[in-house]
Amino acid sequence: MNEEERPSRRPERVPLERVDEYTWRIPRKYKPGMRVPGIIFADKDLLDKMTTDRTLEQCANVAHLPGIYKYSITLPDGHEGYGFPIGGVAATDYEEGVVSPGGVGYDINCGVRLLTTNLSEKDIQSKLAELTNTIFENVPCGLGSRRKDLSLTSHELDRLAAEGVQWVVNRGLGWPEDIKHCEENGCMEAANPDKVSSAAKNRGFTQIGTLGSGNHFLEIQKVDKIYNPQVAKAFGISHEGQITAMIHCGSRGYGHQICSDYLRIMERAVHNYKIVLPDRELACAPGTSKEAEDYYQAMACAVNYAFANRQAITHWVRQSFDRVFKRPAEEFGLDLVYDVAHNIAKIEEHKVNEHTRKVWVHRKGATRAFSHGRMEVPADYRAVGQPVIIPGSMGTSSWVLVGTPKAMGVSFGSTAHGAGRMMSRAAAKRRFWGGEVKKALEQRGIIVRAASQVVLAEEADPAYKSVDRVAEVSDKVGIATRVARLVPLSVVKG
Amino acid sequence: MTVKKRFEFLEHTADAYIAAYGESLEEAFENAALATFEVMTDVEKVKPETEDHVEVEAHDEYALLYSWLEELLVRFETTNNVYCCFKISSIEKTPDGLKLKAKIWGEPLNPERHTRKVGVKAVTYHRMEILKKPKAVTVRFILDI
Repeated sequence: MNEEERPSRRPERVPLERVDEYTWRIPRKYKPGMRVPGIIFADKDLLDKMTTDRTLEQCANVAHLPGIYKYSITLPDGHEGYGFPIGGVAATDYEEGVVSPGGVGYDINCGVRLLTTNLSEKDIQSKLAELTNTIFENVPCGLGSRRKDLSLTSHELDRLAAEGVQWVVNRGLGWPEDIKHCEENGCMEAANPDKVSSAAKNRGFTQIGTLGSGNHFLEIQKVDKIYNPQVAKAFGISHEGQITAMIHCGSRGYGHQICSDYLRIMERAVHNYKIVLPDRELACAPGTSKEAEDYYQAMACAVNYAFANRQAITHWVRQSFDRVFKRPAEEFGLDLVYDVAHNIAKIEEHKVNEHTRKVWVHRKGATRAFSHGRMEVPADYRAVGQPVIIPGSMGTSSWVLVGTPKAMGVSFGSTAHGAGRMMSRAAAKRRFWGGEVKKALEQRGIIVRAASQVVLAEEADPAYKSVDRVAEVSDKVGIATRVARLVPLSVVKG
Repeated sequence: MTVKKRFEFLEHTADAYIAAYGESLEEAFENAALATFEVMTDVEKVKPETEDHVEVEAHDEYALLYSWLEELLVRFETTNNVYCCFKISSIEKTPDGLKLKAKIWGEPLNPERHTRKVGVKAVTYHRMEILKKPKAVTVRFILDI
């Protein structure tokens, strides 16, 4: 192995039992404190990659959490994170279990939304460069960027955090029908801005309406292949070659600071409530405690901030179409299919051993994938199931899938969220440089506008696992089945 | 004459894993700050135009390192100033732990002159280490990207 591929610390071998081709179990007896086994949904290749960092050890550690039900779940895109692996789900009893900010992640409600249009590739080809440039100018992205016409007062930021998408739509930055196609209708009602620190608010003021950097992006795409025409049609995806737009970003510094603040509070809580943990990064508090309640209310503010952020960006994407094609955005459709979160904790009811239990579901780098019939799924989709959107990394495909009854049974209604990195940023920067990455994408016909050449190199396609594989495993396990594959025509990156 | 390395980036799949060095704890902390801004921009292009003061308190050295870097991150995101020079005047014991006082120098981020790299979401305690030998302090930590 050359230097880039050698892991920095060789992890211990975690024992694995094969359940079936795509399911693996870490037995409870592996560590004395494990209350439940670990379960990994992956093919052999994705599983092998998980053995090169601490993913599996972390999966086993999460199984120690008080009140955890069934098993600690790692999804096909799993990789090492803070305490919990990224690409994981853990459900704990609402009364007897714990809540942990590490089970949500720093980028609270990092998520994605998909818009469809009534355009095909040929309709857009001649204007694609101009459209991409216009979006790049309208949607602030990259380090230190801000949208000057959307600066908020202290009171307005609190209202935005309390109301989410509704607040943004009321400001004229969206259509009323957007709201019902968001997870939680774009607003978690538990949000309480009094539980958010001034440091978080100060970070949040200037960043509303910005894409951020790193793995966040905005793409104009086309439908490459439809796998399930009936469900695709219900979602508004009618034909191959159809133009779509995808927005992937989170709660920015507002959410990141909330996570940091509450990790500190939870560390003290672990000590006060005498919770024994194999890793201090699993810092948590009992679900009935003040600390957990405060975290949930602050987390909900960050969730709403991210929903609001993606809504504002949606508006500017629509405006960009308007400006470039010189016709109102409505004429192109530009309807919101769905907005879904990847880093979140929810209070849900799930069947555990024939009983219905109220649980805290932690989804960290995991997407809710509810089946048809569930009331949480928008009425428009309730007959088929919840749209699941898995963004690929820059320049690779993205996926639309649908939630299933199987997911309700085996993964607390969850599936993967993306591809997951496998090469460090440092190694990616040594191997690639931004200009070459851009050129390679352009040679494939993909237009790129990026705020940072360095980030382009770090986000090069080979630095990520294969999202096609992740979507395939999700489909084969049956937790979310493939509906359509999308490919990028242009990419805007911070 | 060999120039002592002030910091380096270690291998980590997703985030910035940093090792910063110094002859004293203060110097290692200064270089940790330098490394943090190097993640975000090319620090050599940043001019020390404005001077700011920082004071943080924490219950131990780990928490102090965390609070120091977090304060710099919050300062950057709220003022849009990037910093290139750091001088810690003291790290003193208090009844509750430790107190750090510093001066920092930098200027507003200017996309025309400054390289824009990747934003830092948070400082973490993940794999944080403070190793002290005579005249050789190493601190290691991970920044969530």
